[in-house]
Amino acid sequence: MFRFSLKAFAPSLIFDRLSAMTSQSQVGQFVAQPYKYGFVTEIETEKIPKGLDEEVVRLISAKKKEPEFLLDFRLKAFRHWLEIKEPNWAGLNYPPIDYQDIVYYAAPKQKSKKNSLDEVDPKLLETFDKLGIPLSEQKRLSNVAVDAVFDSVSIATTYKEKLAEHGVVFCSIGEAVKEYSDLIKRYLGSIVPINDNYFAALNSAVFSDGSFVFIPRGVECPMELSSYFRINSGDTGQFERTLIIAEEGSSVSYLEGCTAPMFDTNTLHAAVVELVALDDASIKYSTVQNWYAGNEDGIGGIYNFVTKRGQCRGARSKISWSQVETGSAITWKYPSCILQGEDSVGEFYSVALTNNYQQADTGTKMIHIGPRTRSTIVSKGISAGHSSNSYRGLVQIGPKAFDAKNYSQCDSMLIGDQAAANTYPYMRSQQPDASIEHEASTCRISEDQLFYLQSRGIDFEEAISMIVSGFCRDVFNQLPMEFAAEADKLLALKLEGSVG
Amino acid sequence: MICTDAPVLIEICDLHARVDDQPILNGVNLTIKAGEIHALMGRNGSGKSTLSKVLAGHPAYSVTQGSVRYCGQDLLTLQPDQRSRIGVFLGFQYPVEIPGVSNLEFLRVSTNARRLEKGQEELDTFAFEDFVQERLGLVQMDPAFLDRSVNEGFSGGEKKRNEILQMALLEPLVAILDETDSGLDIDALRIVSAGVNQLSNAENAILLITHYQRLLDLIKPDYVHVMAAGRIVRSGDKALALELERNGYEWVDQGLKALGTT
Repeated sequence: MFRFSLKAFAPSLIFDRLSAMTSQSQVGQFVAQPYKYGFVTEIETEKIPKGLDEEVVRLISAKKKEPEFLLDFRLKAFRHWLEIKEPNWAGLNYPPIDYQDIVYYAAPKQKSKKNSLDEVDPKLLETFDKLGIPLSEQKRLSNVAVDAVFDSVSIATTYKEKLAEHGVVFCSIGEAVKEYSDLIKRYLGSIVPINDNYFAALNSAVFSDGSFVFIPRGVECPMELSSYFRINSGDTGQFERTLIIAEEGSSVSYLEGCTAPMFDTNTLHAAVVELVALDDASIKYSTVQNWYAGNEDGIGGIYNFVTKRGQCRGARSKISWSQVETGSAITWKYPSCILQGEDSVGEFYSVALTNNYQQADTGTKMIHIGPRTRSTIVSKGISAGHSSNSYRGLVQIGPKAFDAKNYSQCDSMLIGDQAAANTYPYMRSQQPDASIEHEASTCRISEDQLFYLQSRGIDFEEAISMIVSGFCRDVFNQLPMEFAAEADKLLALKLEGSVG
Repeated sequence: MICTDAPVLIEICDLHARVDDQPILNGVNLTIKAGEIHALMGRNGSGKSTLSKVLAGHPAYSVTQGSVRYCGQDLLTLQPDQRSRIGVFLGFQYPVEIPGVSNLEFLRVSTNARRLEKGQEELDTFAFEDFVQERLGLVQMDPAFLDRSVNEGFSGGEKKRNEILQMALLEPLVAILDETDSGLDIDALRIVSAGVNQLSNAENAILLITHYQRLLDLIKPDYVHVMAAGRIVRSGDKALALELERNGYEWVDQGLKALGTT
């Protein structure tokens, strides 16, 4: 393992590595920013060669110093992955992924710190401004050294202390494996089993890190938890694994992602999120996703293939998913709820916006197992440019789900005449007592509505934004305030130049 | 009221306009000065509504000839939102519904756009709430309407009152009210008319487009114009409206035939 301190200029070794990274994607220009200003940080340059075999899986587990049970978990998943084929039922278009062309282990490295926002790409700053991101946040996002007062580490520390008072655990999966291995053993892979699907199997074999949240019995988590504040100095992992456990009578609201455009040199993101709520517990999981979507011609961009599932294990438990998906070249995810406990409730609120050549195939699965279970689905798809946006949902009512109820509403908005919107609702019921309601609508941005707003002094772009936000109102109302305020701006930003 | 040395607010000269390939306006001439109330009457299809849309800048209509000057400025080169900000207001005949967009927020953004243009301070949510409350009384509107989506679920009368409320908030120099009386019962008509009368002053002007002279009993016009085949063919005062009421539009057609125009 090499370690060296560098001053004033980058030695060629580092530069080569950076060049290799940057040539992988269009995003290079952001990652390769002014190293010419020099840096004084220690960097671990160790990496393992590209490719995936059993040795690599063992190496990953060894590097993380994981206990035996976790290595077994990974190996089982890997062996299963070898036997199954990549799914292609979603009709998404993408060049074949070479799984041997990915580095599966990269030691967390300290990103080089810039000295001020002056060193950051002005276009990026412009985006931050448009999204209303405060200055201290902008610094954090562009990896500018922050003032002592706003030091991200100390913010996170204060955060942790407050949570500790209530017995709430919020740490990385890596830490949890060491400190809370019982919980990991009990719950990891119990909601999304290793053989669930191709990408879940891959993730289970090679997952890097992620969030672990544990809310003890009867505790209402005193603040919203954000994946943002987890102390993690590395790149956001491409194989993130998150596990949230809410014990009896507890509740928590978790925020994933942020509105700021997120770049990554890795194209494939195959995360797994598992939620479990025991009796009378509730979990609210909100996502705002703005991964790099590729350029206007559809080149580059991140593939976001995610498996998210919540199990309402306990009676009267509740799991609510809210998402605003605006980024990624391809979004392929179905945050779902298994409504096992009687009287449990599952919710899915989604806005998926696609522009240029983005593709989205997203929706949810509500599996009603227990009696008197309830589910609500509100999905808003906005397609602009040459994009393709599909809602795919399953409402399944099992034979014991007496008096189960589902309400689904899927609305599509088409902007321009080149975009596509599709809806694939599946409804399967083995319970004659159940009630399933499905409403769907399609609309365009109405010229009359646009003109009405313009005739009241509102300019064209703002008018589009108002109409689109109005369309998404039901979903935005479900977002935690922090996201809701930014969601409007984010949508406006993503639609810029798409109409006219 | 008519005041000879009042400034000219709108000057329409030989205006021709079409929608798709269909010519609708065929040489409209009209001058409106500050303080005046003009009424525009005419058959369906005579071009009254089209004139209002062209003045507001609706993209479906293209001007093929002529000019419109607003306070000496060329109006036709401006975008619809620019026209609104500088004080041109169109009260729609069929105000459209915009679900999900809060009425209050829409009114606030729109009011602030106008205020900014006039060099006034923008109003934040709280200041605006007070500002709008003061004007609700003008149209006798229930504050509950502010929390609803724009025009969503509003009755015809409520939509028209929402239009006049906007007029009260935006304080335009020229207000073009396109069949504001259509679909209104007597009470609603009285409320809307009272509101318009209160807003009318020596600095601004109003162009009322209507079929029926009963509106003109409540909002007294200084001038009445009759439009036919895309042109203003007769102008006069209130008496002209009464003649029309008595004789119908046929009388106008006959008069035109006699003059050798169709």
